[in-house]
Amino acid sequence: MDVPLLGEWNRASPLRYTWPAMSRRVVISGLGAVTGFGMGASALWEGLLAGETSLRRIEGFDASSFPCGLAAEAPDFSARKLVPKSYRKAVKVMARDIELAVGAAHDLVEDAGLITKASESDEAPTFEPSRVGCHIGAGLINCEIAEVTMALATARRDDGLFDPSAWGDGAIDNLPPLWLLKYLPNMLACHVTILHDARGPSNTITCAEASGLLSVGESMRVVQRGHADMCFSGGAESKINPVGIVRMSLVDRLANTNGSDDGLAYVRPFDAEATGSLMGEGAGLVCIEELESARKRGARIYAEVTGFGAGQSPRSGDAQRRSGGYANAINAALRQAGVSPSDIDAIVPHASGIPEMDESESCALRAVFGDHLAETPMVTLTPAIGETMAGSGALALCAGALCAHHQTLPARLHTGNPPEDLQVGATTQRDARLRNILVCTNALGGQNAALVLSPV
Amino acid sequence: MSEQSNTTRVVITGIGWKTPLGDRIDDVWERLLAGDSGVGPITRFEAGTFSTNFAAESEVPDLSKFFRDPSKHVDALINSCFTLAAAARAWENAGLGDPKTQDVSVEGPASLDRSRLGIYLGSGEGPPDFDNFATINLRSWDAEARAMDMTRWAHEAYERMTAAREIEQEPNQPMSHLAEAFGAEGPCYNCLTACAASTQAIGEASEVIKRGDADIMMAGGSHTMLHPLGITGFIRLTALSSHKENPRGACRPFSIDRDGFVMGEGAGILILESLEHAQRRGATPLAEIVGFGSSADAFRITDIQPDGEGAQASMGQALEQAGIDPLSKDANGRPPVHYVSAHGTGTSENDSIETRGLRAVFKDNAPSIPVSSIKSMMGHLIAAAGAVEAITCVQAIRTGKAPPTINLNSPDPECDLDYIANESRDLNDAGGVEVALSNSFGFGGQNNTLILKRFSA
Repeated sequence: MDVPLLGEWNRASPLRYTWPAMSRRVVISGLGAVTGFGMGASALWEGLLAGETSLRRIEGFDASSFPCGLAAEAPDFSARKLVPKSYRKAVKVMARDIELAVGAAHDLVEDAGLITKASESDEAPTFEPSRVGCHIGAGLINCEIAEVTMALATARRDDGLFDPSAWGDGAIDNLPPLWLLKYLPNMLACHVTILHDARGPSNTITCAEASGLLSVGESMRVVQRGHADMCFSGGAESKINPVGIVRMSLVDRLANTNGSDDGLAYVRPFDAEATGSLMGEGAGLVCIEELESARKRGARIYAEVTGFGAGQSPRSGDAQRRSGGYANAINAALRQAGVSPSDIDAIVPHASGIPEMDESESCALRAVFGDHLAETPMVTLTPAIGETMAGSGALALCAGALCAHHQTLPARLHTGNPPEDLQVGATTQRDARLRNILVCTNALGGQNAALVLSPV
Repeated sequence: MSEQSNTTRVVITGIGWKTPLGDRIDDVWERLLAGDSGVGPITRFEAGTFSTNFAAESEVPDLSKFFRDPSKHVDALINSCFTLAAAARAWENAGLGDPKTQDVSVEGPASLDRSRLGIYLGSGEGPPDFDNFATINLRSWDAEARAMDMTRWAHEAYERMTAAREIEQEPNQPMSHLAEAFGAEGPCYNCLTACAASTQAIGEASEVIKRGDADIMMAGGSHTMLHPLGITGFIRLTALSSHKENPRGACRPFSIDRDGFVMGEGAGILILESLEHAQRRGATPLAEIVGFGSSADAFRITDIQPDGEGAQASMGQALEQAGIDPLSKDANGRPPVHYVSAHGTGTSENDSIETRGLRAVFKDNAPSIPVSSIKSMMGHLIAAAGAVEAITCVQAIRTGKAPPTINLNSPDPECDLDYIANESRDLNDAGGVEVALSNSFGFGGQNNTLILKRFSA
């Protein structure tokens, strides 16, 4: 028996899968960020150009008893100031990660010159809602311990221990009814889609530091296959809370800062002697748009996304073994972009500052670039904004897009001893001819992603 | 037609699940067709006083019964164990090898290129170490100041928390364990779009193969929220059934007396493969993935659009990709979709809105399409629900039978479709199940739809 095919009635629809996937070209037509430099991709760029760091003492909670007391928090940031009045109540059910994503989306809409539902403008929205997708990567969101403990304390036995039967029998009512919704990773995308009325395909990638770039890859495919013309795309996370900081230091990712105020003394990408990295709050979003759509509305086009690749590394083994999947991802992106390593004018790597991760990253880069690696300048973000986890890949992409747009390499910070074949040492900003830029990352958990930006 | 011939076709060549009704494909299927329930009292933790103290628990697998060398996974939490067990079954079912006797991370068919073996899961976070968490917090609570004593808290936390137990909760860990066990070096993703996650994962995995980035994708998901904070969260949202007197009869999708969902847990894994690769290694396609749709409600974080517009968009996109006109009839005069695996949670809001969404898409065809919710029997596996429901669609296609919606004793006038009430349906006389559609809708408004079709060359 044959299932009836579409036949004539829908032949012209761009949704038909049979459209050659690569015929729709994808560009970046807007940037949004919230980082330790504050609100805005422009603040990030200015901070990077000036060679400043936003690593400071943690102020979001009392971290004085924690071995690691430094991080890059977004100063004076609250989503409350950014959302329409009618949505302010909803900010109460936003964990910090969600607020950061909402902030970056606000910045992106402005930068991309879009009118959305949240613009509260008399003009019609730039896009038909069903043609706008949303892919915002996230991490495991930690709950606020004071909020949950206030409720737990109502189920405490006389000896101070937890009483599970009292908890089930009424004590749980001391948690707010919508408590769970505050911490679901998909709520970053959900709030952004509601605020800006984006009803196209929406996904939430949760692959640690690779979440942001993998999300951009998903947006790119959704636009290529015709299911959307534009996507909010990237990631956001904040591990700067008590549970997050403990977890990250238990897995040896954080330097022991011993009361120091000098973050740059610790975050030293690719320095084998570094003792760990520092966390940053971060949200990065890019406006992924189909080329013709961007041209038609006269959008500022930062760059075209010409190649994307993903690959997996094993959980165990030495750096060489762990770099294999990463090299696969980079090679796939270069192949798809139709460029060779010598065509890459700059690399924006993960550069986490954690020796183990940096080692597998440098292994992968050496395997792909060989002798060209020493000649290829790099852009490192972690000394400026810390390790921003799910936000990191998209923030790296924002930086890459800004480099391409301004034909400028920002300053680099480094206080240690990186290997000679990696251009990651301290330097000031400079003009550069930048055509193809590689943005790539690895992740705790083994996921890797790579993306190539090229001029349109 | 000529356009379609140059499109990569994606087939399902293996299935495996770990569910409250067991982990053998045929055993679970028989229990589903028999209308059996996996719901019972919660035994995982002390839940007696909760307003919902029952759930559909899955047996925690002993990985040594699934893998020759499970030592790589000693730190795996329950959700990762579910994933590994389901994947071992799926791998074997696909004829790729036997994880019990082989080191499948390196041994496998000659055609298998590890850089073209990927994973796309919709897995949830691992369960928190609740007892420890409660102890740390309570010991550092300053009751008079009604605030945390952070010096105390830091001391307790560093004393009591361990690296593995904490980091294994990250939602990418089940996928990371799978990659290690099966030697996957290709594109690997985890998405977490709440209750829609694994449907989305399967759909996106099929797209990874279609665009030529992988030959084989292990796709599906896993989840358990059967821990004190998970149950607490859903009770506070008033999303759970509180029919304490009758746990097996508690989840009542489409019935007027439904009062919420019942928590389930487990995993489902499907082996997706390009048809060309499957044929090259002589594998038998169990079904083909012909349509995938994804949308966002963009409405409210707590409610669904009243007419299910988001669900309609997702179904519409999947039907369009499958080249199926929802208003048409097949060669036997039936609607073009022969079974719908509903999201069907048993919450008041979902079931009536899903019904309206189905009616809006299929119009006059809607009442004659058999629809059921296996959540009535195995509870809501949250992120993993879509995976076990996609496997249900594969089984419906293979056997021509559709599982029932149990506990449907008082039909809701607002839910007026054919929900295969209480008794399974043998559709073979009518032409079997050629095409099946599976819906999943996530909290917050992310919707996903898959369409599977019986394979024919």
